[in-house]
Amino acid sequence: MAEGEKYRKERLDRGIKARSDTIYVLASSRDLLYLLMPRALPVALLILLPILLHGTYWEKVLFYSCIFGLLALSWDFMNSVGLVSLGQALFFGAGAYFAGALNHYLGWPIFLTIPAGTIGGALICTALLVPVVRLRGVYFSIVTLILPLLFAHLIETLEILGGTHGLLSLSAYPSGWIAIYLAVGALLLALFGFRKILDEDFGMILRGIRDDDRVVMAAGVNIYWYKAQSIFLAAAVGSFAGALMTHYYQFVGRSVLALDYTILPLAAVVLGGPGSFAGAALGSFILVPLSEALRAMGGLRMALYGLILIGALAALPEGIFHYLQRRYHQFERMVKV
Amino acid sequence: MEIIIYGITNSISLALMAIGFSLTFGISGLPNFAHGAFYLLGGILTWIFLNQLGIPYLVAALLSILAIGAFGFFLYWGLMLRLRGLAINEVIATLAVAIVIIEVLRWMGFSGFSYVLPPFIRGSVNIGGVWVDNQRIVMVGIGAALIVVLYLFTRRTKTGLSFRAIAQNERTAIAVGIDPDWTAALSLAMGSGLAVVAGLAILPLGAIDTEMGYDILLYALAVGIIGGLESLPGALLGSFILGFSQILVATFLRAQWQTVVTLAAIVIILAIKPSGLLGKYKELEERV
Amino acid sequence: MTEDVILEVRRLTKTFGGIMAVCDVSLEVRRGEFVGIIGPNGSGKTTLINLITGFVKPTSGKVLYKGQDITGKPPYEIACLGIARTFQMARTLHKLPAFKNLIVPLCSPRVRKFRGGKYGERDDIAIDILDDLGFERDSFVPYKIAGTLPHGYLKRLDLARCIALRPELLILDELFSGMAMSEVAATLPMLEKFHREGLTIIMVEHRLRELFRVANRVMVMNFGQKIADGPPQKVMEMEEVQKAYLGTEVEE
Ligand SMILES: Nc1ncnc2c1ncn2[C@@H]1O[C@H](COP(=O)(O)OP(=O)(O)OP(=O)(O)O)[C@@H](O)[C@H]1O
Ligand SMILES: [Mg+2]
Repeated sequence: MAEGEKYRKERLDRGIKARSDTIYVLASSRDLLYLLMPRALPVALLILLPILLHGTYWEKVLFYSCIFGLLALSWDFMNSVGLVSLGQALFFGAGAYFAGALNHYLGWPIFLTIPAGTIGGALICTALLVPVVRLRGVYFSIVTLILPLLFAHLIETLEILGGTHGLLSLSAYPSGWIAIYLAVGALLLALFGFRKILDEDFGMILRGIRDDDRVVMAAGVNIYWYKAQSIFLAAAVGSFAGALMTHYYQFVGRSVLALDYTILPLAAVVLGGPGSFAGAALGSFILVPLSEALRAMGGLRMALYGLILIGALAALPEGIFHYLQRRYHQFERMVKV
Repeated sequence: MEIIIYGITNSISLALMAIGFSLTFGISGLPNFAHGAFYLLGGILTWIFLNQLGIPYLVAALLSILAIGAFGFFLYWGLMLRLRGLAINEVIATLAVAIVIIEVLRWMGFSGFSYVLPPFIRGSVNIGGVWVDNQRIVMVGIGAALIVVLYLFTRRTKTGLSFRAIAQNERTAIAVGIDPDWTAALSLAMGSGLAVVAGLAILPLGAIDTEMGYDILLYALAVGIIGGLESLPGALLGSFILGFSQILVATFLRAQWQTVVTLAAIVIILAIKPSGLLGKYKELEERV
Repeated sequence: MTEDVILEVRRLTKTFGGIMAVCDVSLEVRRGEFVGIIGPNGSGKTTLINLITGFVKPTSGKVLYKGQDITGKPPYEIACLGIARTFQMARTLHKLPAFKNLIVPLCSPRVRKFRGGKYGERDDIAIDILDDLGFERDSFVPYKIAGTLPHGYLKRLDLARCIALRPELLILDELFSGMAMSEVAATLPMLEKFHREGLTIIMVEHRLRELFRVANRVMVMNFGQKIADGPPQKVMEMEEVQKAYLGTEVEE
């Protein structure tokens, strides 16, 4: 740029995205491709990855990414109703212990424990959180932060559910393919399912509650009932992740209630960008492999998540996903002022 | 007798832990989840000053209080200011700060018996048949003094009054020329400094353990929530209720139940009376 | 008590800390009436509405709706019984497109009772209601994100949300404040039309000229108390009312 002249950035929309968010005007197959690509490509990749990575160490990383992705999606869903959770570990732990206990004490097989853990865990979490669903902002978050800790301590103090040792030698998956495709499938289902829900009339109410719950009440809608329903959905996704993981490890202990399962998903959403679900998934697929690569750091990994959280909050509050989305839909160029 | 004495010392130590948190939250509505981390960091900083740099105890203590206070102040200008308004981002950010501090300290190995701060006065005295460390008495003294000083501060000094003004009605306070950011930064600095004061009074009773960073936060939250997060008398009431119930539980059940009781108290109070026992803000909540 | 009393407020009192926001107010509204509530700033009008609609719990007193005690019921239940209210500060769901704001009342149990409400159909109903209130269906306005609309539209969106609930009693809290003259002129006939169709309306308003055009009864509040109640002309001639307004209210 020549000195003395001033330039500014100008943003232009690429042609095809119509003004209203619900109407597209497709003119050619190229336009169709333009719209489909960002959706179809990641889906195809996710379905192919288990095959590509089969037998390598990274297969496990993919599995973990999906697990944390599920937790991140569940966080993002609660957040879109205005419920900010600091306790994804509660959902995860409830599912993990529910499935683990059924398998350990009653000898139920995997194909029963996982659905039962999902539903049962979700019911428990909903029952626990419904009494505090009236709380605003910070207070609700404090409860969600406390509950997993409380249960970890209860399990230790009462020596129930295996106490500090946990429940050992649970059933394993008959094949590694089942575990990984369950995880990938659930991730895609939750991702597109949540997106769909928020576009429905039901989702309008949820988004409305987040905007201004008094308006929603004035419109004759019982916000607590809707909040309870969304907690159930989010908890089911989190509990499913827990149940899945339990049988992967063939073990469940108090570690499933630890802060890790809260902070990593949270960092993933903040990094990826809240509100779109795709951002939450993207964040997990960045953070989990990253933290695996930095395995050598050991205990410092938690600190790293913390740093990423701070950095993302301060530097890129919209998140990577929204940034990329904007880049995809818009040109940027310099124009002379 | 034992229960009464331990109950009182335990309550005062809880009050000390909570007071900084309540102060910051009460004034600027900023939930400082790094409170416990500051408590821990202050203790370790003093230990380093004392044992590795050979600075006298009193100076080392003052230095750490100032250092953490300044850290709180700059944390506000550097980070919190960008996030103000969204309460939840503040929680996430301060929690992240806490995790970074605590996990780094844990990684550096600041835990265990070699990390002990010496008591201010050694020895112990017999009160009604119970031996009490002098340090505990000093701690009760510091706690009581701090409560009186804070009470006077918020009622008598200009800064204190502007704190209360902001807490009561931010917009009107701005209109009469009080800078809310400056006040909030100052309140965070004071809260952080108070966390260190609490640490210095309490830590000499035992060894430093990095896990405390999380525990102290939970205790501060519990005390604040039981009493009502924004009121000083509430914090006091909360610490006495929690302090005595912890001691009772530890005496008649097992020590492990202490944590369970603390955590359960938070959840139950929030479910039943969210404004806390003395909190009145629910009534004056946001106007429709 | 007769059949056609739709709302009865019995000795309602509300204190905030030391402030008496509403003090021993009683009021009877008959079906089909158009009642105005006026009073200087801070006289407790909004609080009275909040008490009736359940957003604030009374210190003492009762609210009866069609003979049924609704005191202390949650706001959404009261709304579902057929009492709709607007907010003084025009509250809308500002991140949603304007017409999607109406999906919420259209999904409420009250409206579901009236019609099947299949998916997709609700959008059309929403647009119909908005079109009546000046959000032209062929323009971009109803599809815009509510938060980006000008203030006058937000006020009307708030009103549209009430209409979508198919209320029997409509309570308006300073609907016209902040609206342009032309918007008021367009909205007033709509209110008159709803009223003719059988809707009972209670209207808190500072713009007295407009209010007196439509209201057939006016209640005056001052310092939380009801100081007058009657036909507009008579009420305005009363000495207490003039005293209450003197210096506090500039008549247009
Ligand atoms: N949530 C609240 N907390 C504390 N005081 C309140 C609250 N709501 C209202 N008040 C007080 O109650 C009194 C009545 O207020 P209200 O808003 O009902 O008046 P109003 O007649 O609607 O005034 P305006 O004409 O300005 O809208 C005022 O003194 C106000 O400060
Ligand atoms: Mg008002």
